[in-house]
Amino acid sequence: MTARDWLLAAVVVALLGTATAVGQIVQRQPHLSLNTAALTTFNRRIRVWWIFYALLLVAFFSPTLTVAIFGLMSFEALREFITLTPTRRADHRALFWTLIFFTPMQYIFVAYNYYALYSIFIPVYAFLFIPARVAMAGDYKRFLERVAKIQSGLLICVYCLSFAPALLYLDINNALPGAKARLLFFFVTMALLSEAFQFIWSQLYGRHVIAPTINATRTWEGLVGGSASTALAGMALWWATPFEQLWQAAFMAMVVAIMGFAGAMTMSAIKRDRGVQDYGTLVEGHGGVLDRIDAICFAAPVFYHITRQIFGIK
Amino acid sequence: MFTELLLTTLARFLSGASVRWIDCQPDTCQRVYFANHTSHLDMILIWSALPHDVRKLTRPVAAKDYWDRGPIRRYMAKTYNALLVDRKEIKVHQSPVDVMLREIGSTDSLIIFPEGGRTAGETVGEFKSGLYYLSKKRPDLELVPVHIDNMNRVLPRGEFLPVPLLSCITFGPPMWLEAGETKNDFLTRARDAVRRLKEVD
Repeated sequence: MTARDWLLAAVVVALLGTATAVGQIVQRQPHLSLNTAALTTFNRRIRVWWIFYALLLVAFFSPTLTVAIFGLMSFEALREFITLTPTRRADHRALFWTLIFFTPMQYIFVAYNYYALYSIFIPVYAFLFIPARVAMAGDYKRFLERVAKIQSGLLICVYCLSFAPALLYLDINNALPGAKARLLFFFVTMALLSEAFQFIWSQLYGRHVIAPTINATRTWEGLVGGSASTALAGMALWWATPFEQLWQAAFMAMVVAIMGFAGAMTMSAIKRDRGVQDYGTLVEGHGGVLDRIDAICFAAPVFYHITRQIFGIK
Repeated sequence: MFTELLLTTLARFLSGASVRWIDCQPDTCQRVYFANHTSHLDMILIWSALPHDVRKLTRPVAAKDYWDRGPIRRYMAKTYNALLVDRKEIKVHQSPVDVMLREIGSTDSLIIFPEGGRTAGETVGEFKSGLYYLSKKRPDLELVPVHIDNMNRVLPRGEFLPVPLLSCITFGPPMWLEAGETKNDFLTRARDAVRRLKEVD
């Protein structure tokens, strides 16, 4: 690892340490009359982020192993998604192929860097296979709705998330592997920071809730303030990224913030519809994998493709 | 031992099972765990949800006509120390209840599926009377209701490839046969005890 790698690691540890400290201190101040439920969620998220970063350190040593870690996260997230989505008996075979075949294949293509394949494998082949297989099972009741459920799960949990480890395979001006691992760290850190900034802005200045029926803690002030703050943070971490211009780092950070917001809103809507608070019970009372990665899922493909554009990769 | 570990790990992975004990703790006292039955993995799942020392003293009751067919199933039944019961030929002094009670002696516990066969999973079917006669002959046995959620989606009846979704196993508070309780009342109460576990969060 180079000096820059170590510096980025130090920044991450400092950020997480600060967030942990702030969360713990605020929790011990009952007179502040903050939204306690949101605060508990925030503290839980920080705890999970520690574990996530520890796992992500692998990116500096082995891209393949990183792909495998994200693959397992996808698998877990998708089974949480499908578990909470009502399916019918006739969807069984389609679900089997989705979890056992399409999910691992997507990550195998990423690990072998077959961009031409993994960028269309799910949106074309899987998305055409699923309705056909469901139709062959002979149950037409709410057909489109059932197909859409499986497709959305596969798209969000697997296809989108797989673009995060794909960053490690980008051909950026013959950059060293460390630079690509730093790019992945930059991406994940921006997602984490935007989460924290949007929370803080919402708590301090939040007046206009965007959609109270979907998520009562997301406000316009939080979105705008959070995205702007994330952009500034991206600029501050510019040295860690392969981006040549300062504004590029800021812009990419803002993209992550906005897409992360979009992901959190979307997943909240699905959860409200199902009448649940969290996706899984993997760890007692800690929500599921999907609750933690919703922001990353939405941000990853957009971040990946804009980065490709910036560096003019064909 | 190795097969046990392998099958248990595989079953846990495929079912993503979270285990909850509600008003009940794992214990090595003699018990009858009775559960709803929706998939072939149910037996393995409940068994692997128990702590190791309890597991050693617990015998799942399974249908002889299914588990005694072919070497693989026989081997698996042996691994799980399953108590195979003949569903077809029931003789007067060899009734399943008598066989079960003789086999467990004064140490072992049982896992039974009182519905008598697998159901679609949305509702819990009517219970067969075995549970009643078990507790009538041995009123000291603790009857622990168990609810298995979502396994009907993991491996529904008629499918052979499991979809690894997340399921949930809930152990409920023990119950006993009350003095003077009729067979129907008792079986309804037992069935309600299992159904109630589905609603608990």
